[in-house]
Amino acid sequence: MEKRLGATPAAQPTLLDAETRLPLRFLTCGSVDDGKSTLIGRLLYENHLVFDDHLAALERDSKKHGTTGAMDFALLLDGLEAEREQGITIDVGYRYFSTRRRSFVVADTPGHEQYTRNMATGASNADLALLLVDARKGLLDQTRRHAIIADMLGLRHLVLAVNKMDLVAFDEEKFKRIEDDFRTFAANLGFGTIRAIPVSARHGDNVSASSASMAWYRGPALLPYLEEIEVDDDRVNQPFRMPVQLISRPDMEFRGFGGTVANGSIRVGDEVMVLPSGGTSRVKQILGPGGECEAAGADDAVTLTLSDEIDVARGDVLVQPHQRAQVADHLAAHLVWMSEEKLLPGRSYLMKINHGAVAATVTALKHRIDINTLSKIAAKTLSLNDIGVCNLSLSRKIAFDAYRENRDTGSFILIDRYTNETIAAGMIDFALWRAGNIRHQHIAVTGAERSQLMGHKPLVLWFTGLSGAGKSTIANLVETRLHALGVHTTTLDGDNVRLALNRDLGFTEPDRVENIRRVGEVAKLMTEAGLVVLCSFISPFRAERRMVRELVAGGMFIEVFVDTPLETCIARDPKGLYRRAMAGEIRNFTGVDQAYEPPEHPELRLVARDTSPQDLADQVVAHVIKQIAL
Amino acid sequence: MLHLARKAFAPAKLPFPLLHVDTGWKFGEMIKFRDELAAESDIELLVYMNEDGRARGISPVASGSALHTHVMKTEALRQALEKWRFDAAFGGARRDEERSRAKERIFSLRSAGHGWDPRNQRPEFRRLFNTRMSAGETMRVFPLSNWAELDVWRYIRAEQIPIVPLYFAKSRPVVARDGALIMVDDERLPLMAGEVSQIRQVRFRTLGCYPLTGAIPSEATSVDDIIAEIQSSGVSERQGRIIDHDDSGSMEKKKREGYF
Repeated sequence: MEKRLGATPAAQPTLLDAETRLPLRFLTCGSVDDGKSTLIGRLLYENHLVFDDHLAALERDSKKHGTTGAMDFALLLDGLEAEREQGITIDVGYRYFSTRRRSFVVADTPGHEQYTRNMATGASNADLALLLVDARKGLLDQTRRHAIIADMLGLRHLVLAVNKMDLVAFDEEKFKRIEDDFRTFAANLGFGTIRAIPVSARHGDNVSASSASMAWYRGPALLPYLEEIEVDDDRVNQPFRMPVQLISRPDMEFRGFGGTVANGSIRVGDEVMVLPSGGTSRVKQILGPGGECEAAGADDAVTLTLSDEIDVARGDVLVQPHQRAQVADHLAAHLVWMSEEKLLPGRSYLMKINHGAVAATVTALKHRIDINTLSKIAAKTLSLNDIGVCNLSLSRKIAFDAYRENRDTGSFILIDRYTNETIAAGMIDFALWRAGNIRHQHIAVTGAERSQLMGHKPLVLWFTGLSGAGKSTIANLVETRLHALGVHTTTLDGDNVRLALNRDLGFTEPDRVENIRRVGEVAKLMTEAGLVVLCSFISPFRAERRMVRELVAGGMFIEVFVDTPLETCIARDPKGLYRRAMAGEIRNFTGVDQAYEPPEHPELRLVARDTSPQDLADQVVAHVIKQIAL
Repeated sequence: MLHLARKAFAPAKLPFPLLHVDTGWKFGEMIKFRDELAAESDIELLVYMNEDGRARGISPVASGSALHTHVMKTEALRQALEKWRFDAAFGGARRDEERSRAKERIFSLRSAGHGWDPRNQRPEFRRLFNTRMSAGETMRVFPLSNWAELDVWRYIRAEQIPIVPLYFAKSRPVVARDGALIMVDDERLPLMAGEVSQIRQVRFRTLGCYPLTGAIPSEATSVDDIIAEIQSSGVSERQGRIIDHDDSGSMEKKKREGYF
């Protein structure tokens, strides 16, 4: 709605962009008292978007509830009686306004810690996050928490509004420091654009027009920036996805499949595939809201008819055969827990996804995410407002995409089957393979035959020891020498594996177990290819080292204990990790707050005290050469 | 909303009936429009009136706006939903209309007694709606939640949707009462001392019970005019609704009791 106050006639805009562009949906967030509601109220007020009668109600209410004595713009936003009296926003509130350039849908969400679920809800339908910071306080836990949730919910654009600049004398240095702090913090997150703007919501500086008090700031004011930013992520060119919402059968001749195109586009004559069943046909007709049409794209609500009689049900997903969605009954996902009732792994919940419902059980809760630090913490359950990563097992196969790729076909909710409460929101990470469905395949070429071709036997050289003990340094030297001797080698390094194959794993006990299990399997595959595999992992637990030893066939596993005392490792601290762990910034750090179990009978024990890494490497090479001789 | 629903199910027919909760005090032109619509082949219209309330003589004139609205609208809606055992009722309410509606869900669960608990609502994540209910519970569903008033009019213009003529400006008999222009729609509206019926060029932005709905002076005789008028207006559409004025939180109170 475009509203004008007073008698000043509105100049007729020549171009009504707001009528042709999709609205910008943004979410306001940040710590409580950072002035979110005030900023939005101010935005509406300054742009004459507040109705006279709303303004009169505001004046009336400001006297009754206001915290500032003057007009309290926040009262325009805080909707419900209870929260007006408490002076806090308790739920997601929506506001709609448009300027000549653009329409806006604003989700105003609470700043309090206990309302993560509301913020996740507000963020799930937004394209941009407007994150407020109090210039006096800088980044707070809440600020980081909200940025992390916005990132996790797939928002790719963020505006950092550094508010209350009037209370720090419009100090450029203060602003710059907060912006730098935020950019450093957000380097680990996935935002495509981040814009920092210094504002005073109370006084209107840099809200809709540039502020005279902050001539040092040369960027756009908030509103002009929001009017300009492009958030369209080119969805028409993404793979075609249409979750089927309705089977339309008005008469015996007609059978159509209704739904809204979530991504991509489709034309009459295109081949389509129904997932999860996999049946294929061609599009015969596309019936749009205005009748028959040639094509449909993202966000179009259409009914399709197909050339062949194939089975399609509500909840199925139509795709194109060359760009299929994933199909699985076992998957890994992030969960935002939204209920007072805690998560019970093993309990059967109802999963709603793509207009369909399926029974779902959490088979493994991998960890909870501490959203102040992003660290992964071992957890047995999730409570209200917790975010966790888990494996889910479903009663039948479903079609989906990773949430990162498609927010519609990658999102779901979990419903309690008894109370019917929505207990969690979920974002799918990837499909998991269920071992029971897979049969072992016989392979014709044997390991011995591969060894013959290589000219030596395969081997796993497992370097274990504390962080900073020198495992990687020695392993590098060993590999260089073996390579020079014509041995076919490769290295699996702890950090490198965690950046790729195991990037979903943290440092909790269960995650460390899984980390080593996977590395063991990869090392085994590589020995089957005939290689000498150098593995460099802290691997703190005996049980997992034993597991790998048993995995790799007899005699091919050499445990190399790099026995450097903890004090030496702390003194070296090559990656600065001990310092951070001891400051409490990193949890589950081996040697600090997680135990290291030294090997009882390693094949080789390397003591660095008065021996150089070169000499230690020589000891290893000598041992290896003996072992791999044919 | 009816237009959208017809399009959503086309080429099939609308799979649900329409319900009108009549208070007996609706505008004559609105009732005429309703009946013409009901004559169309794809429409099944149910009309419900709280006969007990009518027998008790409840009216906006005799009983005041609060009691009339409670008995003839809120209670009547509850009775109608129970009579036909509907699980869900669609409503055209939008979040931009009023502050407590701004926090309404699209699928709004009501308890067995039709109560609304604004502090304990189901979160709505993406486009995933939890439609599960226990025995006795019902839903109010608001598909237009995220539309603004101007969106509605732009859509009416784009789709050339027929509307009740009361939305267009015309010379109509009105009296000025408590700052609102009340239309003398029939002879039941008693004129108070000093009130004179006058003919003025007015239209309505919202249609409630006629003695409780204020008209606005307007020259807008086409949808284009209405859009231009809304764009330059300084007042919200529910400003003419007398039932909203009792108290700042009065819509929330009504909603907790089962009002749309």
